[in-house]
This record gives sequence, C-alpha cells and structure tokens, in this order.
Amino acid sequence: MIVPSIRNDWVIMAIFTAVVLTAPLWLTPVGAGYPDLLQKFAIFGIFAIGFNILFGLTGYLSFGHAVFLGVGSYTAVWSFKLLTMNVLPAVIFATLLAGVFAVVIGYVSLRRSGIYFSILTLAFAQMSYNMAYSVLTPITNGETGLQLTMNDPRILDGPAGQGLPSTTLFGLDMSGYAGFYFCAVMLIIAFFISLRIFRSPFGLKLLAIKSNQTRMKYTGFNTRPYLLTAFVISGMYAGLAGSLMAITDPLAGAERMQWTASGEVVLMTILGGTGTLLGPLFGAGIIKYFENIFSAMNDGRLHEIFSFLPDWLENIVVAITGEFVGDGWHLTLGLLFMIVVIFLPGGVVEGIRRANGFLRRLVQSSGTNTATLAAEKE
Amino acid sequence: MSEDKSKISELSRRGFIKVGATAVTAASMPMFFVKDAWAAKDFRNNPGNAGSVKFGFNVPQTGAYADEGADELRAYKLAVKHINGEGDGGMLNTMKPLSLKGNGILGKKVEYVTGDTQTKSDAARASAKRMIEKDGVVMITGGSSSGVAVAVQGLCQEMGVIFMAGLTHSNDTTGKDKRRYGFRHFFNAYMSGAALGPVLQKEMGTERKAYHLTADYTWGWTQEESIKNTTEALGWQTTAAVRTPVGAGDFSQYITPVLNSGADVLILNHYGKDMINSLTQAVQFGLRDKQVNGKNFEIIVPLFSRLMAQGAGDNIKGILGTTNWHWSLQDEGSKAFVKSFGQEYGFPPSQAAQTTYVQALLYANAVESAGSFYPPEVIKQLEGFKFDGAGNGPTEYRADDHQCFKDVLVVRGNEAPSSQFDILKVEQIVPRSQVEYDAKIFGGELGPYEV
Repeated sequence: MIVPSIRNDWVIMAIFTAVVLTAPLWLTPVGAGYPDLLQKFAIFGIFAIGFNILFGLTGYLSFGHAVFLGVGSYTAVWSFKLLTMNVLPAVIFATLLAGVFAVVIGYVSLRRSGIYFSILTLAFAQMSYNMAYSVLTPITNGETGLQLTMNDPRILDGPAGQGLPSTTLFGLDMSGYAGFYFCAVMLIIAFFISLRIFRSPFGLKLLAIKSNQTRMKYTGFNTRPYLLTAFVISGMYAGLAGSLMAITDPLAGAERMQWTASGEVVLMTILGGTGTLLGPLFGAGIIKYFENIFSAMNDGRLHEIFSFLPDWLENIVVAITGEFVGDGWHLTLGLLFMIVVIFLPGGVVEGIRRANGFLRRLVQSSGTNTATLAAEKE
Repeated sequence: MSEDKSKISELSRRGFIKVGATAVTAASMPMFFVKDAWAAKDFRNNPGNAGSVKFGFNVPQTGAYADEGADELRAYKLAVKHINGEGDGGMLNTMKPLSLKGNGILGKKVEYVTGDTQTKSDAARASAKRMIEKDGVVMITGGSSSGVAVAVQGLCQEMGVIFMAGLTHSNDTTGKDKRRYGFRHFFNAYMSGAALGPVLQKEMGTERKAYHLTADYTWGWTQEESIKNTTEALGWQTTAAVRTPVGAGDFSQYITPVLNSGADVLILNHYGKDMINSLTQAVQFGLRDKQVNGKNFEIIVPLFSRLMAQGAGDNIKGILGTTNWHWSLQDEGSKAFVKSFGQEYGFPPSQAAQTTYVQALLYANAVESAGSFYPPEVIKQLEGFKFDGAGNGPTEYRADDHQCFKDVLVVRGNEAPSSQFDILKVEQIVPRSQVEYDAKIFGGELGPYEV
C-alpha cells in the first residue's frame, strides 16, 4: 500500500482514509465484511497503533496495556448508565480516565527499564484484573460484566422508553455499519496523530531513547518526561479503543484486562511490524480475522471449500486442515507467528517491502537504475 | 515543533481541497449498501424464499465448561438431523403437541453454524454477532454459563433474534435479566433449593452450620442466595459464604479455612471443572471423614451433572445434589432421546445435551405452529406453551418470565456404579408444584415484542 516513493503525508492520509472507509467493500469477498468484525478491526487497530507509539518508538515493552482498555470500557459504560447514551461523553471520559491511570502506572513503572518495566506493568494489570473481580465488584459487576439496565439514572436523557436504549451519536444508532464508521473515523484521527508523532521532534527523541538512552542522558536530556508522555498517549489510545468497544456493544467485562489481552496487542504489533506506522494495523487485522473467521470454521464448511477435489483427497485434506481451524485456530496463529518472527523479523510490513523491492527489480532489471530502497522507517 | 520539516507545513489550499474531496467521496460510498440493508426487510434475517434456514450454536469449546459445550453441540447436531427428517426421529416421536413434520421447518431445511463462547461474555457476544450479521441465523442457542447467557440474551433482544438458552441455572436469566427474546428450558437455582430442602432436612436434620464456596458471578450469587434461603428456613446457620473466581484451578486456599470454621456442611456452588477441582480437594483434605459438632461432616453440590460426576470420580459417592434430567429416566421421551443419542455417539447424553436438544426442537416447533419465522409470532407460540414427552414430564413455558416449569430431580452420587455412566442415582423426583414460585419475586421486565 505504501510505496516508498510516496513522501507526502497528506497522500498517505488520503489513501488511508479511502482504504479504511471502503473496508466493507473489499473485505466482503474474504468473509470479513460484516459490522462486528469491521468494528473490531478498527478498534484493535487503534489499540495497536497506540501501543506502537510506546513500544515501537521507545522500545519499552508494556505487558499490561489491556488495563487501559478495561478502564476505558468501564468508564464508557458508566457514562451510558449515569449520564447519557450519547457516545461523545463516553469517548472523552474514557480517554481521560485511561490517561490518569497511565500517569499513575507509568510514573511508577518507568523507573525501571527492560524486563523489569515489563514485569511491573504486568503486575499492575494483573492487580487491576483481580481487583475488578473482587473488591471492585460494585463498580465492575465482576464476572457477569457491567451492563445497562432499565433503572439506570441517565440524567441527561430523561426516562427511557420501552426496552433498553442503544448508544447513539445525536440520534444515529451506533450499532451495525454506523458504529463501524464512527470507529473508522476515530481510527483515521488516531492514525493521523500517530503519523504526526512519528514525524515530530518528539518522536525523534523517543527513537533516540530506544537506540541509546544513556547517551541521550549524557547530552543533557531528561528522558523520563518523554517516556511518561509516550506512555500516557499510548494509554489514552487504549482507553479510546476500550470506549469504542463499549460503544459498539455496551457491556464491559474484566476479561478485557486479563494478561492474555495485553499479550494480544504485543503479538499484533510484532506480527505487523514493530515501529512501523501501518504494521500494528495489519497485525490487528490478521489476529482478529483468525479469531473470528478461522475459529468459526467447521468440517462442513471445509468440505464446501475443498469440494472441487476428488472425494478421497477431499476427505484427507479436510481431516488435516480441520485440526487448524475451529478450536485449533490458535495453532494456525502460532505457526504464522513463528514464520513471521523467524523469516520476517520486521513483520508483515517487511514482507510487503521485500515483495515490493523484488517486483521493482524485476521491472527495472534492464536499466542501470539503482533506485535502491532507502529502507525508509515509516 | 519549529524544527519540524515535514511536508505538512507546505500544504497548499489546493492540496487541502483535493484531500477533502477524496475523503468525502470515500465517506459517502458505503451509504449505498447501508441503504440496501434497510430496503425490503420486515425483520432481521428473514429467510424469505430461501430453501434453508440457519441456527447458530454458540457453545463453549474451550475453558472450564468445555465438556458441557461439546455435549451440547452433539445434541444440537442430532436435533438438526431429526428436524430435517434424518435418523430415527428421537423425541419427534414422543413430544406432544408437535407440529413438526420431519421435513425441516416450514419446508425449509435446517443448517447450522457454530461458535466458541470461551465462557467469556465478550467472546460469546462477538461470536453471536458474527452469526447474526454474517451468517444470518434465525435463532441462537447454547451457552454453558449464566454470565454468558445473560450477555447473549441482552444482545439478542437488541438485535431481534430469538435466543434459546442452554445450560444456565442462575435465577437472573429469567429473573431480573429476563428478556422477551430469551427462553430457558433448564431449571434454576431457586428450584434447586426448593427441591433440596425437604431431602436435606430428612438426611441432616435442622441443626447444621453451613459454609458456602461460591463461583463469583451471577449464577453463583443466586444459587448461594437460594440455597441459603432454603437451609436457613430449615433452621440451619450460615457460617460463611466465600466467593471464588471462576476457573481458579486450585481451591486449597479456600478449603483450609473450612476446617477450622466450626461448620459441619460444605456447600459447593461450583460447576464444571471448578466443581471437579473443589470437590476433589475437599475430599483430599479429609473433610468427609471429619466429625464436627458431633455430626458427620457433609458436602452438598446443589447443581450436579453427570459429566462433572464423571470427572470427580470416586469423590462424588454419596453426595447430594439436583439435576435437570438424567439419562436413566424411564419415560418415553427420555428413552427415545437416549437411544438415538447413544446410536449416534456411543454413550448416553448429559443433562446439557437434553436441555439443548429440547430447546432446538421447541423453537422449530414454535415456528412451524406460527407458520412464520417472524420473531414476535414465534415468541407468542412459545409463551405459555404446554408440552409433554420431552423427558421431564408435563412442562410449561411460563409466559411471565419465559422459564420452563417441570419436575426436578434430586440425585446422589452412586455408591456402587454398574458402569462408568451410572454415577448418579435419582433419589427423588420432586413434583413441579413444589418448586413453583411467583414470577414477580425476582423483578425484571421482558421488554417489547417488536425491536
């Protein structure tokens, strides 16, 4: 998608906008063009982009990022319960509160780096997860999850009509495709901010922290404020993603804060390409696609797909592939992850770049043009 | 930001207009098919003239309740076969009244899609949404946890797709969280308490001290409450009620305090693998060999299933509990179901299998009677529907809360099992009248027919 010759950020943004907004069209042939999955792509895209601002730029691997996702969700649902079903207050409060959490957790965790930082963030996340299940059940409703009820106050909305109200943006119902477009607009904004950060002096300083923090300190920079800012921005991204999850489906459960959710975003970023602009988006897309499409395949569906084969071969193929779909989808994902990490350390983005370079060499093999690919850091 | 030399600062007005125009065009494109979605559709996933309809089987395939989920799926597949007129027909031959003709539903062949709830509300809702939005199912059924059932039921109400709950035992499912589009065939915690009460009084007397270990979610809470109400009415005291996380694996830290609490009865409000683990550990800690307050220490598991009993092995012997259904029942419906399930899979069905099988049949039958897939019509058929021959004796789907009322079984772990499936002995069949209650006591509202 990104040809290295394109330098103008506005062109990147325009292409990105067009691709995201037309997603329902080009994702339908692969079976992913339905609102819920499209929403998930956008939401986890935001989550991964935000995570990448911390991990990709500073190299600080947070293993507890899901806690901000959870905080965002709970805040958004409480905003629906107490204030109004309009989504804007939910988004704003969720992002801000996730930011506050990020300041507290970041302030403590960023005193250490490397593995100790990861362990600290993991500890905070597990603590929050367990608290959501135990002492905080009045706020989180424990395992059942926080849900809307008929007798919530909703002071700005007035008395509800028949049935549970749904989330709206000034009257526009936020389920189905409308919900996706709301998430998509948020994704585009989030991507734009991330792009600006990558291109800014602030982004450069973060990269400098990644390459050699000690040297940076010797030149007179206090790195801590920059790290904390990156951590908070990244936490707010996660809070935004969490609020969008609650907007498209007004229910918040503590399992969103579990360490597996934190691990998932790490996988997404690495799978797509750490430190690249678009990589985390690819990673999020791949993982969510596997989780929703591969996990739902059963033998009947496989027989349909392979029906062009002769019967005996079809049965063999289905028997083998059957192990990799349905409840075996983790296996497929694990294999894919291993292949990417071993052969494409730069993730899917590196794969695209290599393929691109290969094609270009094919085209230009006659000429002496040495338009090498100045491995541009996106 | 003064050092920022990126192209953005050189953006001209013309460039901005170009970008703006592109964005607006792109944004307006999708409106075409959004409009398409509104047109010519009187209700969601109307099968219209299609030759087939799809059911969505949303069951746990991974996690603490995976065994139950696997058995539910087997039962669903069998139900689809029978509805389509394949196999020996199973309960189609015994259920009365019945409109199904064994040629699918309203002449349409039944197909199905499956999904994994992972026993997590989030995953279950995502899976249900996929079924509704992508696969176009007319009905969703399944689930092995009340947390999931309540979450999916809420979603189905919003989406206007009927949800036939699977294994869910919390009072909330048809109590404070009941929904117009949700139906439950399985019994609930209140009924377990009401059925167990007299048996407990006879076996253990009226002066007991009970200690609860409770799975920390909606089902555990309501079961603890219902059992507490029952036992305290008998004159028992409740020493403590401790909440444990679902899927904890190791319960030793919760069981040690029981030893010194002065309690002489341990009530395990656990299910699935949790119950297997907590019961096994309680027995290993020697609780059952103890004498407290001059009485034998007893363990009660209010909600039993054969799959759990199988997992717990010898530890289950002599322990009291309740169950919705057991394969050893000798009525016509049960016999027919056990026979066709056994022929298909080679072992008897669990209570989870029975309730989900019956649920699929009930939905299909209601559509056939209504002559339409239009959900409000189907709901009206199910509300107040009285039937027999489905394994639980005369049963009624109460219109006030969409809860089925039927006999409840009090069972005991078999001391001398004759086979690996003969683990539970039916101690008593408690008649429906003893477990009935007023729908108003749990509150909640069903909500509208039209969504």
